[in-house]
Amino acid sequence: MFRNQTLPPVDPLPEAYEPIVKIRNLSVWYGERQILGDINLDIPRNRITAIMGPSGCGKSTLIRCLNRMNDLIPGARIEGQVLFNDQNIYAPEVDVTELRRRIGMVFQKPNPFPKSIYENVAWGLRIRGFKGNLDEVVERALMQAALWDEVKDKLHTSALNLSGGQQQRLCIARALAVDPEVLLLDEPASALDPIATLKIEELLRELSENYTIVIVTHNVQQAARISHYTAVIMWDENRIGRLVEWGPTRDIFTNPKDKRTEEYITGRFG
Amino acid sequence: MKGKWLDETFRAFAFFSTLIGILVLCLLLADVLKDGLPRLSWKFITSFPSRRAEEAGILPALVGSAMLLVLTALFAFPVGVAAGIYLEEYAPDNPFTRFIELNIANLAGVPSIIYGLLGLEIFVRAMRGITGGRSILSGALTMALLVLPVIIVSAREAIRAVPKSIREAGYALGATKWQVVRDQVLPVAMPGILTGTILALSRAIGETAPLITIGALTYIAFLPPLSLKALHSPFTVLPIQIFNWVSRPQEAFHANAAAAIIVLLLLLLSMNAAAIYLRNRFQQRLE
Repeated sequence: MFRNQTLPPVDPLPEAYEPIVKIRNLSVWYGERQILGDINLDIPRNRITAIMGPSGCGKSTLIRCLNRMNDLIPGARIEGQVLFNDQNIYAPEVDVTELRRRIGMVFQKPNPFPKSIYENVAWGLRIRGFKGNLDEVVERALMQAALWDEVKDKLHTSALNLSGGQQQRLCIARALAVDPEVLLLDEPASALDPIATLKIEELLRELSENYTIVIVTHNVQQAARISHYTAVIMWDENRIGRLVEWGPTRDIFTNPKDKRTEEYITGRFG
Repeated sequence: MKGKWLDETFRAFAFFSTLIGILVLCLLLADVLKDGLPRLSWKFITSFPSRRAEEAGILPALVGSAMLLVLTALFAFPVGVAAGIYLEEYAPDNPFTRFIELNIANLAGVPSIIYGLLGLEIFVRAMRGITGGRSILSGALTMALLVLPVIIVSAREAIRAVPKSIREAGYALGATKWQVVRDQVLPVAMPGILTGTILALSRAIGETAPLITIGALTYIAFLPPLSLKALHSPFTVLPIQIFNWVSRPQEAFHANAAAAIIVLLLLLLSMNAAAIYLRNRFQQRLE
C-alpha cells in the first residue's frame, strides 16, 4: 500500500554517519514496571531522527532519557548507557543543567512561560548570567524559529496571546537561544492544525543543517516527510517497549526488515 | 409525579436554608448600622477611649490592629511561603514529611486560645528580654503562629496549581530547581498565595482570645512611639475595645461598640475584596 505512494522527499544520505548520541543497552523502569528494554540506537549528528511507534510504547520515555528529564519522575530508574559525545550522561560527575542546555527539548503541548515573548526566549540566558547583547540573541533565536516577522512588533506582550503554532515555534526559539547541539521534540505538532504542523516540519528541516534533531511521532507520514533516520519502537509480549529496527528512513519505508514495521507503516497495526 | 413533588420540596427547603444565612446577616448589619452609624464620625476614629461615652474613640485600638496586622504579615508570610515551597518542591516523600504535613493540617484547627497560652509562655515569659513582655511584638508573634498553618496550606495549594508543564519547560532549559521556583513557579503562584494570606490575616484581625491571654490591655490612652520602641509598647485591638464597651451597662457605650464594629467590618470587607480581586486576576492569567 505504502509502496505505491511517493517516496519520502528526503535528501540522499551519506551511508556513513557520525553519531552524536549513542544509546547502549538502555532499559527504563517506572517503579516496578519496565517501560523500555535493551535499546541500542545511534543518533547521527546534524540529521533528523524520527522515533516512531504506537501510543504508549515508550517513545517519550526514550527521548526523556537523552536529557535526563526522567530524573524528575519519582521512581524512574535506568540501566545501560547514553553516550553524548562519547561521555555517559548518567555518570555521577555530569552537570545535569549543562547537559540540558546542550540537549534542548520541546514538548507535546506548547508550554511557553506566562511572560512576554521576549522574556520567554531570554530567560535561559538570564539564569546563566549572560553578559552579551540579549536583544541580539533573542532576535536571532526568533529568526531561526521562523517567528521573528510575526512577533517583532509585540515582543513585550504576553506569549499566551500567540496561536498554538506560534507558541510551539516560540518554544523552539527558547530552546535554541541557549545554543544547544541537540534538539529533542516530543510529538511537537500533535496539538496543532495541519498548516501549523507543516510550518514546524519545514522549520525542522532547515534547523537540521546546524542541529541534531530527534523527533518523537506516532504519525507515520510525518516521519516519512521530514526524517533522515527512523527508529521504530513497539511493545513486546510483556508490554515492554523494544526497538524493532532503525536505519535510514528511505530503507525503513521501502524495505522494512521486520514484519511489524511493515504492518505499522502500512496502517495494518492494531 | 411524586418525584416532581419531592424535587420541588427539596428546592424550597434549600432556598429557605440559603435565606436564613442571608437574613441573619442582614438583621445583624441593620442592627449594627442603626446603633452605630449616628455615632460614627472622624472624631470617633481619632479620639482616645474615655470614661465619657460621647468623647470616647477607637484611635489606639485601630492603630493597634493595623500594627498587629502588618507585623503578623511580616513574620508569617516569609516563613509560610518558604515552608510551602519546601513541602511542595523539595521535601522527599517519606514518613517524616507526611508527619509534618498532617500536623500542619491539624494546627490549622487548633482553638485560638491555645495559641494564646503558647504565646504567653514563650513570647511573653520565656522571651521577655526580646519581646518586652506583654507587648505588641508578642501579640504579633502569637498571631503569626496562629495564621502560619493557613498560609502554609494555601501556599502549597497555589504552588501545586502551577502547571507541571511550566516546571518542565524550565528544567529542560537547564535551570536549577531554585531558578525554576523563583522565576517561574512563584510568580504564577503569588496571587494565590496572597489570597490565602489575606484571608488568614482577616481571621487574625477578628481574634480576641489569644490576645487577651497574652495580656493585651483594654484601656490605652496613648499611641506607640514612632520608633522601634513601638514594638515593645502595650497595645489593644478593635475586637478587645468592642468587647470592653459591650460589657458596660451604659447604653451610650453600646452605640460606641456598634460604631467600632462598623469600622472593623469595613476593614474586613476591604481585605476580602482585595483577596477576591487577586484571585480573579490569577484565574485570568492561567487561561
